[in-house]
Amino acid sequence: MADVTAISPAELAGPSGRRPRRAISRRNVFIYGTLLLVSVYYLLPLYLMIVTSLKGLPEIRMGNVFAPPVEITFEPWVKAWAQACTGLNCDGLSRGFWNSVRITVPSVILSILIASINGYALANWRFRGANVFFTILIFGAFIPYQVMLYPIVIMLRELGLYGGLWGLVIVHTIFGMPILTLLFRNYFTSLPEELFKAARVDGAGFWAIYLKIMLPMSLPIFVVAIIIQVTGIWNDFLFGIVYTRPEYYPMTVQLNNIVNSVQGVKEYNVNMAATLLTGLVPLIVYFVSGKLFVRGIAAGAVKG
Amino acid sequence: MPSVVIRDVSLNFGVVEVLKSLNLEVGKGEFLVLLGPSGCGKSTLLNCIAGLLDVSAGQIFINGRNVTWDEPKDRGIGMVFQSYALYPQMTVEGNLSFGLKNAGVPKDEIAKRVARAAEILQIEPLLKRKPSALSGGQRQRVAIGRALVRDVDVFLFDEPLSNLDAKLRSELRVEIKRLHQKLGNTMIYVTHDQIEAMTLADRIAVMRGGIIQQLDTPQAIYSRPKNRFVAGFIGSPSMNFIEGQLAQHDGTWVFEAADLRVPLATYPFQETNLSPRAATLGVRPEHVGLNTGEGWPFEVETSVEVVEPMGSDTLVWTKVAGHDFSVRMATERAPSAGQRATVGFDPLRASLFDAETGERL
Repeated sequence: MADVTAISPAELAGPSGRRPRRAISRRNVFIYGTLLLVSVYYLLPLYLMIVTSLKGLPEIRMGNVFAPPVEITFEPWVKAWAQACTGLNCDGLSRGFWNSVRITVPSVILSILIASINGYALANWRFRGANVFFTILIFGAFIPYQVMLYPIVIMLRELGLYGGLWGLVIVHTIFGMPILTLLFRNYFTSLPEELFKAARVDGAGFWAIYLKIMLPMSLPIFVVAIIIQVTGIWNDFLFGIVYTRPEYYPMTVQLNNIVNSVQGVKEYNVNMAATLLTGLVPLIVYFVSGKLFVRGIAAGAVKG
Repeated sequence: MPSVVIRDVSLNFGVVEVLKSLNLEVGKGEFLVLLGPSGCGKSTLLNCIAGLLDVSAGQIFINGRNVTWDEPKDRGIGMVFQSYALYPQMTVEGNLSFGLKNAGVPKDEIAKRVARAAEILQIEPLLKRKPSALSGGQRQRVAIGRALVRDVDVFLFDEPLSNLDAKLRSELRVEIKRLHQKLGNTMIYVTHDQIEAMTLADRIAVMRGGIIQQLDTPQAIYSRPKNRFVAGFIGSPSMNFIEGQLAQHDGTWVFEAADLRVPLATYPFQETNLSPRAATLGVRPEHVGLNTGEGWPFEVETSVEVVEPMGSDTLVWTKVAGHDFSVRMATERAPSAGQRATVGFDPLRASLFDAETGERL
């Protein structure tokens, strides 16, 4: 025990141990108040959509937008999925959903595969002209899409891919390239260079190093790339409407056709359900991969 | 036949010359240390030998074979890195066998070699662990093991002990020396730590600015540094330098600085054709006596300014001819600050450099 004879009893009786913190302080009220306000601001529209999508049309017409549904009905959801009319056919969003899946899956896989190899080559194998190549690629990210719309239509037409799913897949893959390559290049550059050198001394070639050394260490960045690509491609509207025929329209285009149809009664509940259905996939990706993302970072945290 | 020959090797990154027409021969079974301050090109040279960097000009031979354009794996080298560079997702065993698998070595041969390396380095209990579950010293052992299993003639070490704490560093240093004695491989070892260089090396190459300043045994580099840079770089605490003039006095050569006159009758001159000129005299702190009453060829009275006890001995700072001048001596006999003292040394163990060129005279 420390010698306390030199300190007055009054001082000794003073504060000791952990400093107490009040639950309701000005600071806490400010922080949680702000958080609450912002949450409400963002969640209110979502609430409104969910509530409306579960009401019948007569109930909606009564007003009371914020009131919870008196009689919960899933009919609008069923209708949005299977019966709503989009242009010529009346089989709801389901067709668009499967089109979007068939567009998104190959586009995501293809673009991430190519971009990760690009990034790896740019980061570790400094070939002649690598910098020029990289600069041109990055420059591509700054050219507005609108400029390239029509030239790509012509290119796809000449290739015989215009109007089909694969044409759109190629377009998505190309447009994902600059940002994804940058992402992967920066990540691979941040990995210790000596690891790459050690693998070379151990006789591993271009592909062996990529597959056996780099890939297992890159789970976090792959998850980030998947989030970016899935949400980006799923939410795409412009390319979908420009480069595909109506029978291949992605979900977003169909959603627009449902919501913006000018004939008949405005079915707000169906519109809300359709919108929620369309937004479901990116939402699920965020929830699932968000967790994976954290785990990926934790698993990859091996300090040399 | 020499094990590694480097012939006129240059390396440029754009306009920056990192290595300048460098020549080096390493004998079979020799332990050569490349020593120098950071940025001197020592690691770059090692990377060139390993084949991880392409040389701009010149040739590299390993075991008499021209490997200048060969891939690292085909050069017959094993390499150990400063950051260990272990593959984090593989076990220790996986790390050791990765290179052999790539080379298509049969499974039983891999198992045999891994077992032998693990035995030599005493890492057998760690074989199933991942690198993240190892301590720094264990990781570096595994990294050495990875070079060992390759069964090569030349080992390259790139500052392998720099990431370890002082105690582990000295332990592993001894272990590397033991390993060298046991295996008899050629080893090229890059470091900026002169203790490592002095203790491990058969020969040291002191580098600066992409040029080898001196290539010699540790003892020769310590006692007869070829120029002022080497003299100042080797030795801790570092050598005392006094700026002055080389002059002739009564037919013998003397070194004059301020009111001092150091007789150089015992100094082993390298140059035969001497002429008076500006010069620098260098004396190591451990070669200076303080209050010994021994009658040194040169003595001067001065006052003690600072005393630094270092445990095993004590460093005493004085002033000689206006320059800071340190003396390393036994702690029991050390004076206290402010006292008057007589310092003396024998020019036989001193070094004299041309002030202009920095070369040893």
